[in-house]
Amino acid sequence: MHELLAEFGNKFHYYGYFAIMMIGLYAMIAKTNLLKKCIGLGIFQTAIMLFYVSIGAKEGAGIPILDPAVGTADPAAYANPLPHVLMLTAIVVSVATLGVALALVQNIHRDHGTLEEDEILQRLRGK
Amino acid sequence: MKRLALFTVILAGVLFAATASEFPRLGDPDSAPSRHLSPAYIQGSLPQTHTPNFVTAVLGDYRGFDTMFETAVVFLAGMSCFFILRALRRRGLTEVYYYRHKPTGVVLAMLAPRRISPRTSCFERIDADWTPQDMVVETMCLFMVPFIQVFALYVIAHGHYSPGGGFQGGVLLAASFILVGLSRDLRTVESLLTEKTAILTAAAGVCLYAGTGLLALFFGGNFLDYGAYASFFGAAVPAARSMGILIVEIGVALTVMATLVTIYKLVSSRGTVEEGL
Repeated sequence: MHELLAEFGNKFHYYGYFAIMMIGLYAMIAKTNLLKKCIGLGIFQTAIMLFYVSIGAKEGAGIPILDPAVGTADPAAYANPLPHVLMLTAIVVSVATLGVALALVQNIHRDHGTLEEDEILQRLRGK
Repeated sequence: MKRLALFTVILAGVLFAATASEFPRLGDPDSAPSRHLSPAYIQGSLPQTHTPNFVTAVLGDYRGFDTMFETAVVFLAGMSCFFILRALRRRGLTEVYYYRHKPTGVVLAMLAPRRISPRTSCFERIDADWTPQDMVVETMCLFMVPFIQVFALYVIAHGHYSPGGGFQGGVLLAASFILVGLSRDLRTVESLLTEKTAILTAAAGVCLYAGTGLLALFFGGNFLDYGAYASFFGAAVPAARSMGILIVEIGVALTVMATLVTIYKLVSSRGTVEEGL
């Protein structure tokens, strides 16, 4: 029992990321407002970013910039730079793709006068 | 529908949670991602690229292809925004332009073809939902702009030695333009950075990146191998790589800045780039 708790204590942050991710996924599936779906997408992406950056963390490590006093003999002295690079580009790309999503949402609102998915579907079926 | 969604989400969450025990613990220096490639990056960065910031070295050199295509994705996102919103004609919209007489505050509404020349100094064009602006907010926001831009240039140029680089600096530059748009109006941004200039700048940034990579072929290197420029710069191979990273970062910054400003202008004005936030 004690070992199980220790195991959970070492991994507890993953449950947080999964919770955030599932909140975003739920928003994307269940919300009928298109703008709220976009927000759900953003929450989902945030969980992925947190997950990646946590993977790169090392105990007692500094930022991934060379410290002349420390040197590079021991790689454990620096955080893993790779997740930082991946998430750096992912953040900017997520902003740009959010712009595209907002442009599409704006066009839908102009054509249908609403952002509620069921109302748009009704209008498309009925007329 | 909502219940089905909740069930799916909870099921997915439980499945994810079941895999959590397979992941490394927080801060494990011997975890799989930190064992194989990461030490090579950390130890090779300074001797191979003369870049103390490992993140910049990985971004600009080791993973140059990835960054090039990410930049292309940003550019394409801006272009899609342009074609989704801008290219469509506005049907059946009677355009009314509003002009405010500055000394008296009287507002004139004019139907579309007629305009008051912007050179007539006693009238200023205002948005349809114009409200009197606070002079303090406007002045302070415009006061901040040059400082933001200088800091952005520092972030781009100093990305080799401190946290920073093309993406961050480009976003800061875009933020300075968006601040002008928020504190004044969209037409001021348009006069500072027109749509055409912005899109050309974005394309130029991608071309600068891809061109730097392509030109390396003519110097006898591989695509995106900046070490080939050693003879051109008259420097050692690592120094040439450092230089190549800087050029590439400038290209990234141009693309990111121009694209984000374009997206802001289009989305905030519903594609007209006339009136908006």
